[in-house]
Amino acid sequence: MGWQDIVREEPGKQVLLNGNEAMARGALEAGVHFVSAYPGSPSSEVTGVLAQVSKNFNFYVEWSVNEIVALEGAAGASFAGLRALCTMKADGLNVAYDFLTSMNLGGCRGGLVLVVADDPFGHSSLKEYDSRFLAAAAWVPVLEPSTVQEARDMVKWAFALSEQIKGPVIVRSVTRISHSRGIVTLKAMKQMAQEADFKPTQQFHTFARFHQEVRERLKQVEELFAVSPFNFSFGPEKADLTVFTCGTGWLYTKEALFSLQLEDQIKIVRPGTPFPLPKQFILGHLSGTKKVVFIEETRPFLEEKVLALYALHSENLSQIKFYGKATGHVAGLRGPECGEMNTDIVREVLARLTGRPYHASAAPLTKEEKKSLQALLPPRDYVLCPGCPHRASFWVVKSALALEGNNGMVIGDIGCYSMGAMETGFNLFNTLHCMGASAGIANGLSKLQSYGFKQPVVAMVGDSTFYHAVIPALINGRWNKANYLCIVLDNGVTAMTGHQPHPGSGKNAVGEEAEVISIEEVAKSLGFMVKVSDPFRYTEAIHDVLKLIRMPGLKILILRQPCALVANREQKRRKVVVRQELCRGDACGCMRFCTRVWGCPANVWDKKHEVAAIDPAICVGCGVCIELCPAGAIVWEGND
Amino acid sequence: MQKETLLKEPVNLIITGVGGQGNILVSEIVAQTGCRQEWNVVVGESYGLSQRGGAVSSHVRLFQHQEYGPIIPIGEADVILGFEPLEAARQVVDYGHKNTCLIINSHPVYPIGVLRGKNKYPSLDLLFKKLREMVAEVLIIPATKLASQLGETVVQNVVMVGALAGSGCLPFRADTFIEVIKKVVPPKVRTLNEKAFYLGLEEAQKIKSLKSL
Repeated sequence: MGWQDIVREEPGKQVLLNGNEAMARGALEAGVHFVSAYPGSPSSEVTGVLAQVSKNFNFYVEWSVNEIVALEGAAGASFAGLRALCTMKADGLNVAYDFLTSMNLGGCRGGLVLVVADDPFGHSSLKEYDSRFLAAAAWVPVLEPSTVQEARDMVKWAFALSEQIKGPVIVRSVTRISHSRGIVTLKAMKQMAQEADFKPTQQFHTFARFHQEVRERLKQVEELFAVSPFNFSFGPEKADLTVFTCGTGWLYTKEALFSLQLEDQIKIVRPGTPFPLPKQFILGHLSGTKKVVFIEETRPFLEEKVLALYALHSENLSQIKFYGKATGHVAGLRGPECGEMNTDIVREVLARLTGRPYHASAAPLTKEEKKSLQALLPPRDYVLCPGCPHRASFWVVKSALALEGNNGMVIGDIGCYSMGAMETGFNLFNTLHCMGASAGIANGLSKLQSYGFKQPVVAMVGDSTFYHAVIPALINGRWNKANYLCIVLDNGVTAMTGHQPHPGSGKNAVGEEAEVISIEEVAKSLGFMVKVSDPFRYTEAIHDVLKLIRMPGLKILILRQPCALVANREQKRRKVVVRQELCRGDACGCMRFCTRVWGCPANVWDKKHEVAAIDPAICVGCGVCIELCPAGAIVWEGND
Repeated sequence: MQKETLLKEPVNLIITGVGGQGNILVSEIVAQTGCRQEWNVVVGESYGLSQRGGAVSSHVRLFQHQEYGPIIPIGEADVILGFEPLEAARQVVDYGHKNTCLIINSHPVYPIGVLRGKNKYPSLDLLFKKLREMVAEVLIIPATKLASQLGETVVQNVVMVGALAGSGCLPFRADTFIEVIKKVVPPKVRTLNEKAFYLGLEEAQKIKSLKSL
């Protein structure tokens, strides 16, 4: 529904959008011409919805092969005078960073906006990150929205700002902006028509001598920020206690103040432009206050900047006591500089500093009640989806390495299959880091034979990861005579982030037919021995893995089977059932293989009859467990 | 359209379940319905990795005056709509209070630790008894079973939306829900979803009327 609302031509209309849709709308209101991204939670839907609506407006959208390629493309459009948007998750900024730091020196022309979405707490990420530190290190200005509506406003303004300063601008989102829904009042959309022109006389270069120019540019930005309506305060003009907050902290702080009835005693200062810091704005609010609390996520960025500013101006300011993450006073369950911000954290610190306790309006549950309920609740770990081909692939590799018998190592990578490092993936991975790391680490490990490391090495990478970051590592491995098996788990899409197409999908971002860049053709052209297997035909696949591990050199095995979520949408499911009279229960000797080992959520245990069962509400009919059951008790319906 | 006043400010609703049960669609339906009834709405959702069989929850907050953030504070959920018993109970531990209204789909989805025999899934009778002792109202809806009567267990989530409407714990109107459902679900499954909604609505109303006897 969001995509229908973001294309509405009705200024003044209030619509419910999530933060990513709102940022997409901001780009439309700014008249964006070029959009590029590699998907990553929680950023994916910005480019996702723009791809859905691009045909209505005739602007260009692509899913790029990775973030640096995406940003380079967007910069090309900017050099030609067009407005360009590039979106990524925090980890993607690392990938794009080499180009960002270079391009920022030479500057750009048409508005160039990066939306970087951090994931405090790591809801959908392996690490939590505060991109503001990287932005500051690159000398790129940062806008940080506090609400869904402001996310739209900031993206829109970022284009104009970028054009004014002739440099890129970052809008820093977080999960609770990108994946929150809120009401947005639509504004008019800009006409897109604009000729791309890049004159032969124009130059955009990177040279160290430009650093001084970028420094001057930041001074100009600071002057613009000094008068920006994105920097504001709330509450009494003078207050002994002032809260400085950025991003999501704004609404949590407001709620905390209202619920403690402190709104007339405490001032909130909300800089929406944390880098470069609007110094005069901050100094004005430091003046006359006695205590300052910092509320931001994830790390103490604003806090460190303000503390440094205070140190430089302390002779003109009264004594101030500071409370924040760096000082350890503002902390959630994971400690001061980790995890998400929320109202409870703000309320706790303000209640402590003011001595005003919080009384909830509803009667709370007692500690004993909570404890005795909690004691009943088993944890719920992530699981691979029912019918997920990765479960079969992991089983294949686990079985093959057991048969091989030399303690083979499995080097993991980033995607749904990162769950190879969890129980649902049989705890198979020995290492798990970032996009493409598996092949690189495997290269290194396989060169350690002269130091006595003789275990076989298997790198497992996803299809989208293969295109994104693995190819250079494979070339390196072939060149340097590495010796391992690289398994590409090909499910046809970028599954984890919402099934975006990739170069092997045969489709592009806007749904047009596209050239299939075949993984096996790429691998063969590099001279690799390549084999393609079906993980659902696991006996043959185990045999293939074993055979390839025993061969010298760097080999590639593609385990191909479509993502279960996509397959379920496209084909009619067959039903799998248990012939309970054939299941021998605990007498079988299989140790309840289907439930205790295989671990598909659809394989359940019928406690009443002490035999296996299939939960038809969960089963998607992949049929892999049919072959795995030693008693032949699991069958296709109709074959029973 | 007559604007109803909220009983309190803000009203906090948690929609919880297991990744893949259709949590996001329901939070969109509830939020859009809130908007149509002219309340302000903010929603905090979790997706991505957590959609892979993990515990998921969406926080929906309805208000009329001051603006709120997307995360409900500890102990302040007024309604918990749970698509899975264990996950509903887990939210009660963190977010429940004495007056919380709990609406639960009785169909368990076993965590992998339970399937592997490492952990024990509590008996549903014991779990529901305990919850009834703790919070003001507990409605147990056989949503997966009702959905399977329609031939598609996936619509258990919309059965639960119907149950929310039928529970009367929030001043949502059934006709507004239906308008929104028609808009957010694809045309070919509209009738199915409407049927699912009414099955849940009637089930909740039936339970409520039995209770009031």
